[in-house]
Amino acid sequence: MMMDALGDVLWAFLPYITIAVFILGHVYKYATDQYGWSSKSSEILDRRWLGVGSQLFHWGLLIVFLGHIIGLLVPPSITLAMGITDEEYHRIAIILGGASGLAAYVGVWILLLRRSLINRVRATSDASDFLVLALLVVVMSLGLYNTLYYDIFIHPFDYRTTIGAWVMSVLTLHANPNYMTNVPISFQLHIVSTYALFLVWPFTRLVHMWSYPIFYLKRAWILYRGQETSEVVANA
Amino acid sequence: MKVLANVSMVINLDKCVGCNACSITCKNTWTNRPGVEYAWFNNVETRPGIGYPKKWEDQVKYKGGWVLDHGKLKLRIDGKISRLFRIFYNPYLPELDDYYEPWTYDYAKLIEDESGKQPVAEPKSLLDGRRIDLNWGPNWNDDLAGSPEVASMDPNLEKEIKLEFERTFMFYLPRICNHCLNPSCVAACPSGAIYKRMEDGIVLIDQERCRGWRFCVSACPYKKIYFNWRTYKSEKCTFCYPRIENGLPTVCSETCVGRIRYIGILLYDADSVLRAASVPDQKRLVESQLSIIMDPNDPEVIKSAKENSIADDWLDAAKKSPVYKFLVKWKIAFPLHPEYRTLPMVFYIPPLSPVLKLFNGVDEGNLSPEDVFPKIDNLRIPIKYLANMFTAGNEELIRDALKRLMAIRIYMRSLELGSPNKDALKEVGLTENDALEMYKLLSIAKYEDRFVIPKSHKENAMNAYVERGMCGYDEFKDAVPELKRFSKMSLRIKDKNTKNYQLQQKEGVEFKD
Ligand code: HEM
Repeated sequence: MMMDALGDVLWAFLPYITIAVFILGHVYKYATDQYGWSSKSSEILDRRWLGVGSQLFHWGLLIVFLGHIIGLLVPPSITLAMGITDEEYHRIAIILGGASGLAAYVGVWILLLRRSLINRVRATSDASDFLVLALLVVVMSLGLYNTLYYDIFIHPFDYRTTIGAWVMSVLTLHANPNYMTNVPISFQLHIVSTYALFLVWPFTRLVHMWSYPIFYLKRAWILYRGQETSEVVANA
Repeated sequence: MKVLANVSMVINLDKCVGCNACSITCKNTWTNRPGVEYAWFNNVETRPGIGYPKKWEDQVKYKGGWVLDHGKLKLRIDGKISRLFRIFYNPYLPELDDYYEPWTYDYAKLIEDESGKQPVAEPKSLLDGRRIDLNWGPNWNDDLAGSPEVASMDPNLEKEIKLEFERTFMFYLPRICNHCLNPSCVAACPSGAIYKRMEDGIVLIDQERCRGWRFCVSACPYKKIYFNWRTYKSEKCTFCYPRIENGLPTVCSETCVGRIRYIGILLYDADSVLRAASVPDQKRLVESQLSIIMDPNDPEVIKSAKENSIADDWLDAAKKSPVYKFLVKWKIAFPLHPEYRTLPMVFYIPPLSPVLKLFNGVDEGNLSPEDVFPKIDNLRIPIKYLANMFTAGNEELIRDALKRLMAIRIYMRSLELGSPNKDALKEVGLTENDALEMYKLLSIAKYEDRFVIPKSHKENAMNAYVERGMCGYDEFKDAVPELKRFSKMSLRIKDKNTKNYQLQQKEGVEFKD
């Protein structure tokens, strides 16, 4: 009974709270604080370690992110139909996910150490800068433990039909906590710590992700703005 | 042809004494805040020297400006795709140490010291409060301090320009943002936060749209964009646009003790900017930039200007623009490093300098201007050096300008002596009227001659009536009940914008103070 109630809270209630805060938080932040919407670059204060840390972290994370999308949102039947057996899928996931995850992990530690140890960077940081990095370290530690230790040395865990199915159930608004009951605790913790990350996301530098300037590719080089039209007029 | 107006500046280096009044007043106005302590929207550097930030002209390191690639203009920092891939880390960004670590002094030590010895106020970092050793600052190599080590790192010095003691030379170079016609910072900003104002050409950074991707800092070849480490947004010289809009000169110009700065309107053909910036031979860049500066007296130009809603008072100002005269009529002002292909809109009159007394080992004795004229190549500041800086290596342009400056002196001196000598003027193609006008503008010009700045036509852009009481600090508004009520009201109206206001006026709504 206790467990059921906890399960409901963790897997049927909290996900929606998180999603709601995530979406509304972004809307609120975007509407009220454009001035605070930034990547908060600290490169000018230290380039050397940012170069290594930031690139390892971001590129690694990019692949990990794509892996999560495929792993959680593409049902096994589809990859099977594409001719990839479950064993093959699992091996690819562990090798690719593990390698890029490790890269990102090394990167995030470099970023955290840099922020803590380099005087200029530390002195100009605020609490949210540390919080974000610390949360990322927690989330990624658990994630890598699952991929590179649990999956290999303890027991290969079929997360696609359990966690993946649960994610789908949440996203289709029929959250079904039952999918999560037999999921190992380290996987559960990975997810719960991710809630925390998503909850603070709209109020920290992480909003920078949404500003990835993809439209820059189509834009004219030189921009004019007129005072009367106040719209952007481009000059090729 | 699409004629637009650009507020532009001319700086007469012949009269700059390097006092930095411009830098200080600019700083006090714009950057005396945490986050931009190291930012000098206006700075004055000694040349030869490495400037501020260190070696900003080294585009191999910083990748500023544009280059021609198979006849096509492209950013030196590379194409758009590269920007998207290098966004996590920009390898061409200057670091704080390329500027300097901002510091203050521990003044409390001076009064709290109880040791009985002479107390010393120690420097401490404004970033993290640590006690730091000072080893670089914004004017560290002023007046050739640290030379020859520092000065010899100047990229404009080529091997044949020597720094031997007997031949040393120096002059000052005040620098602000050039508010270019082809600004590479605008092009490099992935967020589209930097823009050029259509009505006056001022280049600004939309602080609400800047996302801190920090490519503009690299792409500006003049390193005139500074990254605010506290707000995480880029900032730059605004050409004091709130003053310009009201017909006032920039703070740096207003407070220049030597009165060496001039501000006026230039009309340019916006359709030809790209073509002008893409001339293959870099020595012809000055000429091609001049070719798109339009003659404000040409009826065709005036017609096109009016089509682009340039007002009559602006056209009048363009006709009286001192910048236009220096640049186009007399051709004695040049852009800084035209080879960056940004078409900068701040121009410099190159400095005259004494003739080298010991030239080729021969003592020339005391020389009068007439003697100097034919020896213009023997001036202390090598023409080649000036050409590297202001004409992309075109020595002819610099030589002509220096000769013109010298010719006025010869002519004015001869007037004083009662026997007008027009030989030099004739040789450089100036009339007596030109000479008199140049003399006046260069030496005794009044405020309204130096600054011909038409007010902006805000009445077309906004409704001043509803904007009343809109500026100032909201905190202070709360302290004044009348303002509070009023600002709330006008806020509501502002949000709904001018159209709505007109509607309300129709319905007979009245606003009382
Ligand atoms: C397309 C997406 C993204 C882009 C373009 C991007 C870009 C950047 C940039 C430019 C910086 C500043 C680096 C500097 O100091 O100069 C940065 C920092 C950072 N980004 Fe991203 N990012 C993206 C996605 C993400 C994601 C998905 C996360 C995490 C979940 C993330 C986490 C961080 C963190 C933690 C920092 C701070 C690093 C530090 O401590 O200095 N980013 N990012």
